Amino acid sequence: MNLSWMAWTPTTAAFFISIALMLVGMTVWQIVAPSEERIGVLRIPTTPGDRLFLTLLGAAYIHLAWLGLVGPSLWWALAISVLYGLAVFRWV
Amino acid sequence: MDKVVNNRAWFMVLPVLVLVAFNAVIPLMTVVNYSVQESFAGNVFFFEGSKWFEQVLHSERFHAALGRQFLFTGIILAIEIPLGVAIALAMPRRGPWVSVCLVLMALPLLIPWNVVGAIWNIFALPSYGLLGRTINALGISFNFTRDVFDAWFTLILMDVWHWTSLVVLLAYAGLMAIPDAYYQAAKIDGASRWAVFRYIQLPKMRRVLTIAVLLRLMDSFMIYTEPFVLTGGGPGNATTLLSIDLVKMAQGQFDLGPAAAMSLIYFLMVLAMSWVFYTVMTREEART
Repeated sequence: MNLSWMAWTPTTAAFFISIALMLVGMTVWQIVAPSEERIGVLRIPTTPGDRLFLTLLGAAYIHLAWLGLVGPSLWWALAISVLYGLAVFRWV
Repeated sequence: MDKVVNNRAWFMVLPVLVLVAFNAVIPLMTVVNYSVQESFAGNVFFFEGSKWFEQVLHSERFHAALGRQFLFTGIILAIEIPLGVAIALAMPRRGPWVSVCLVLMALPLLIPWNVVGAIWNIFALPSYGLLGRTINALGISFNFTRDVFDAWFTLILMDVWHWTSLVVLLAYAGLMAIPDAYYQAAKIDGASRWAVFRYIQLPKMRRVLTIAVLLRLMDSFMIYTEPFVLTGGGPGNATTLLSIDLVKMAQGQFDLGPAAAMSLIYFLMVLAMSWVFYTVMTREEART
């Protein structure tokens, strides 16, 4: 099957593979150590899946804000996103 | 009875997953892919990294469309929610008029969106539309195809006409769910009409009104067909809301990269709103 007309690039492939790996990782984690919903700083019950969603959504906003306000080098945005993700998983 | 947990049941959902993958996930992945590339005729692509995102985020055109979008959403919410509550309060609670009112209220919601646009386009035309001619006959110059204020006026009037009913129906459902005992207690206490509204009806409508606000917020953010048929985004770019701007960029100019980047930014905004909506809904459900 020739997919070259869709013009996939290694960068987008890496992006989607990391998201897929996160989903697989979360699933495995849930099977190995099942966790319940809990109520964090947002005062709403969240599962690890909700927290992953919030992390990814927030990371997207952090990257956009960095691009819009600072500049095109996104490594700092990535670092902030990782910290943000850790905070979400710890406290939300 | 204990709930049976059988994870093999997930295999039953597999066909749906495959379908969703084909009609939602893969197209979305394609958009992400296009958003980092420059495309030329003949299927030639060049990797551009975050250039289009930067361009969209810094583009005055995007800022203007986003500003118009927020303005539009703000205005229609400020009108439709109070107006909807007021109409719901004025509607009869029992008797034969209830069904008449409900049907009348539901009518605008049943009309296809492009038809709503067409109806209002003809209705507001200054040359032979009933509304346009009437306003001009009153001595006020009105032409929504040329004047920015008139275009916005017609656009907002159209949305209010089309969607206030939704708020009315939701608010009415909330009002009908209030037991008579509350009103009797208020009467015994000699509560004023305002006090009844403020301390009984409004708190009891809180849930449905939250849903109404969120629904209208999300829907108005994604509005496309009606303004497209009514004004086509004009005069100039005066009523070019986000979705119209996006289509102009993607199909009019065929700028796939910037259009894909803009779609993703737009998508993220709607996704955040949907998450809030979903969270509020599930919380309300858990409470009842």
